[in-house]
Amino acid sequence: MLASLRRRLHEIFVRWALRVRPPEPAPIVLTQRRVYVLPTRAGLAYGAALGVMLLGAMNYNLSLGYALVFLLAGLGIVAILHTFRNLVLLSIRPGRCEPVFAGSVAQFGLLLESQRPDARTSLRLFFDEAVPIEVDIGPHACTATTLGVHAAKRGWLPMPRFTIETTWPLGLIRAWSYAVPELNCLVYPTPAAKAPPLPWSSDSARGSARDGRGADDFSGLRKHQVADAPRHVAWKAVARQQDGPLLTKLFSGAAAQQLWLDWAALPDTIDTEQRLSILARWILDADAAGLAWGLRLPAVRLAPDNGPAQRSAGLHALALYSHGAH
Amino acid sequence: MARTNRPVSRRQAWWLLATALAASLPLAPQVPLWLSLAAGAVFSWRAALTWRQWHLPPRWLLVLLVIAGTVGVFLQYRTTMGRTPGIALLVVFLSLKLLELRAARDAVATALLCYFLVLGQFLFTQTIPTALLACLTVLITTATLLAASDDRPQPLLQLRRAGLMLAQALPFMLLLFLLFPRVQGPLWGIPQDRISAVSGLSDTMSPGSIALLSQSDAIAFRVQFKGTVPPQSELYWRGPVMPSFDGRSWRVRQTLGAYTEVPYSGIGAAVDYEVTLEPHGKFWLFALELPATLPADSALTSDYQPIARQAVRNRMRYAQRAWPEAIAGINEASSILREALALPRDGNPRMRAIAAGWRAQHGDDGAAILATAETFFGQQLLIYTLNPPLLGADIVDEFLFDTKRGFCEHFAAAFVFALRAAGVPARVVAGYQGGEVNPVDGYLVVRQYDAHAWAEAWIAGRGWVRIDPTAISAPSRINSNLASAVPTEEGLPFLARSDLAWLREVRYRLDAVTNGWNQWVLGYNPQRQRDLLAGLGMNEPDWRSMTAVLSVLCGGVMLGLTVWILRNRLRVDPALAAWRRFTARLARRGIVWQPWEGPLAFAERAAGQAPRHAKSIVEIATLYARMRYGPAPQAGDLLQLKQKIAAFHP
Repeated sequence: MLASLRRRLHEIFVRWALRVRPPEPAPIVLTQRRVYVLPTRAGLAYGAALGVMLLGAMNYNLSLGYALVFLLAGLGIVAILHTFRNLVLLSIRPGRCEPVFAGSVAQFGLLLESQRPDARTSLRLFFDEAVPIEVDIGPHACTATTLGVHAAKRGWLPMPRFTIETTWPLGLIRAWSYAVPELNCLVYPTPAAKAPPLPWSSDSARGSARDGRGADDFSGLRKHQVADAPRHVAWKAVARQQDGPLLTKLFSGAAAQQLWLDWAALPDTIDTEQRLSILARWILDADAAGLAWGLRLPAVRLAPDNGPAQRSAGLHALALYSHGAH
Repeated sequence: MARTNRPVSRRQAWWLLATALAASLPLAPQVPLWLSLAAGAVFSWRAALTWRQWHLPPRWLLVLLVIAGTVGVFLQYRTTMGRTPGIALLVVFLSLKLLELRAARDAVATALLCYFLVLGQFLFTQTIPTALLACLTVLITTATLLAASDDRPQPLLQLRRAGLMLAQALPFMLLLFLLFPRVQGPLWGIPQDRISAVSGLSDTMSPGSIALLSQSDAIAFRVQFKGTVPPQSELYWRGPVMPSFDGRSWRVRQTLGAYTEVPYSGIGAAVDYEVTLEPHGKFWLFALELPATLPADSALTSDYQPIARQAVRNRMRYAQRAWPEAIAGINEASSILREALALPRDGNPRMRAIAAGWRAQHGDDGAAILATAETFFGQQLLIYTLNPPLLGADIVDEFLFDTKRGFCEHFAAAFVFALRAAGVPARVVAGYQGGEVNPVDGYLVVRQYDAHAWAEAWIAGRGWVRIDPTAISAPSRINSNLASAVPTEEGLPFLARSDLAWLREVRYRLDAVTNGWNQWVLGYNPQRQRDLLAGLGMNEPDWRSMTAVLSVLCGGVMLGLTVWILRNRLRVDPALAAWRRFTARLARRGIVWQPWEGPLAFAERAAGQAPRHAKSIVEIATLYARMRYGPAPQAGDLLQLKQKIAAFHP
């Protein structure tokens, strides 16, 4: 009850503190208006200790005791300024963010840029309740760092609000700020652990072709390239057409197969997310085997191809699949 | 908030060990020897743990050690409250805390304990060397706090950063020190243990008690005269007056009937001065005879002795005025006169017999008896010495007729006895006589070896009259100083000797520095604060106005520092600023620089649009591009760029 009230108050404070409706345009500069400063627990203990020492100095009329307490009080004030200075006017830009599968950790890249002539030390970045990452930034330097967050669901995962704080140099004062850079991570569906075998289409003539024998099968001609082996040159074809370009015979096994990863091919009993998981598994398997494959979703059709671009396109389509597109 | 409670690293452990050592070593003379040894053992243990990277001792062992240490301190002092036991306990806790360094939190706690111990040192001494030592300890402790939050930098860098931060804290310290509304302690109870054994006059005087003081060169008080310093022979600093005599010792009166204003009036010139009195743990204040004013919170006893309301446990400063020629006590109360005649029933028959003769000869003529007594003392050829022989039961007789050697208390006691025996009311006055002017700062310094005792007799029509019997036998004691009055072979305190001129010079300078320190740092109390602020033009400074001024000034310093922190944002690269002026001028001609354009590309476009200025545009852009992107920029480049842009008017 109390904890939830605290959480809600904190949320209200953060919303007010951010001042900008998230996500914020880059670069995010932590101006003095959005850097907050409060004592840490150690700082409170320090203050309490100074209070007790002041009482002692008063009771015993210790002039040097007063001087000591005042020096340490000055040190506390100076610590506020140093801590504040360590964070203020830091500029944050969103960096890269590689797509991940749901269930793993999305790594949001950030570029922290300091235009100060001296270093910034021990800045801690973290999402709520997460383990902080500590970075230093050199004078006039830019440091790249990543912040990980658990990606639970497929689709676009916007970078959550993160806190950047520092208690450097004395650990008595904490300066902190919040930021929500505009950065999204694409989360693919989790590949199913158990999936049916790749769905070779029933019209495919040679279902067994994918075991590699097909490497000797002629599949077509294309313009000769320097790297092609001389024995694959289609000399007959070259001879047929005078002065024509040198042609290379293409042989392939699986590439010739028509592998369609089809939404509709799965039984109706399987729900949407499960289907997407199975399709993701198929894409990964097909890609690993170097096969060319096509993808059919209710609203999306991806022509057969192979390679990383095809893989990304397929997973992208799965990640963003929505019922509305039905 | 992300709480990172990292374990204490090896380097941090070394830092904490160094801090603990720096904080507790200066206290070694104050705590019992067993505690010093135990703390040393724990420090060595900690060093071994850190060196070998062994595991920390289990918690139950630490609990046992804490209990053992506390019990030890209790057995030593029979209490755990108060100054010395408190400090001893802090040393116990600090050394055992070192064995419990598990997380960053423990490191901070240790550093705070060290700050406490620095304050603890000040309970015992607040001299300049102590202050310097404390600065060092605070520096190391602050560096340890730095290391507790980031232990990567090298030790020297940590110390440097700590020094820098402390230097930045100095303005705040000065402001707070001067303006923080001061409270005169104590806040609760009376710190009984604040002053332990200090030398000084006591409320009784027996043969040898003042001679003992003559071995001490500790400072009793310092005096700053408003005008010229009166001659040495007039510097009688009145202290405890002792009217009651039990045959051996003289005592102050137990009940103190007190005046709040002086009950006599002065004639002749007044002397104004200010006394800075070292704490002596007694109630009396010293004043030049006879005091004309009373310091705040003090009263005058019926024998004209200023008494403070509270025992003098701190160095105190008071302004005073004296009437050297005041006539006091013409209409003295009969009870006081009776007391000034009281003698024990027996003892000292020889002196009593002689005094009875004076009485028979002069009757009630006190002045005549006094003159006779002075002559008599002169004829006895008494010797003033620091090492008088021990006296038996009849101290006056033996001194006057047998040993003939004595210190001032012998002279004063014998003289007062003689007068009383002859029927003249008299009493012993203890105090200090003389002093030494420090030529460096002009203060008159009165030391314990200036302690003195003299006599006061009541003569009808003249009131109380001061007679110094020591001056009859050893006039140089009064006119010059102790060293000139005693034989050279007698052991005098080092500082009381008048040879060794260079040494005296050094001592004067050191003493002037110490006095400045005492007056302005240690003696900065509510009174001095009010005086200073009034001198700075603050009318009726009270805590409200002080707090207001303090807040404004501290706020000002903070604002200044904040502007300094944010200054980087305000400062633009000068070459870029010049380039912006240049593009602004072209923009007025409709040639707008686009942010994605490089300087050379822009120059090409601009030159095409304004062919008349093509040459200077290209020159400026080329120069700017070279400064920005070329190899090492040349010295005159910036100036050249500025000049060219200043001369550019499209």
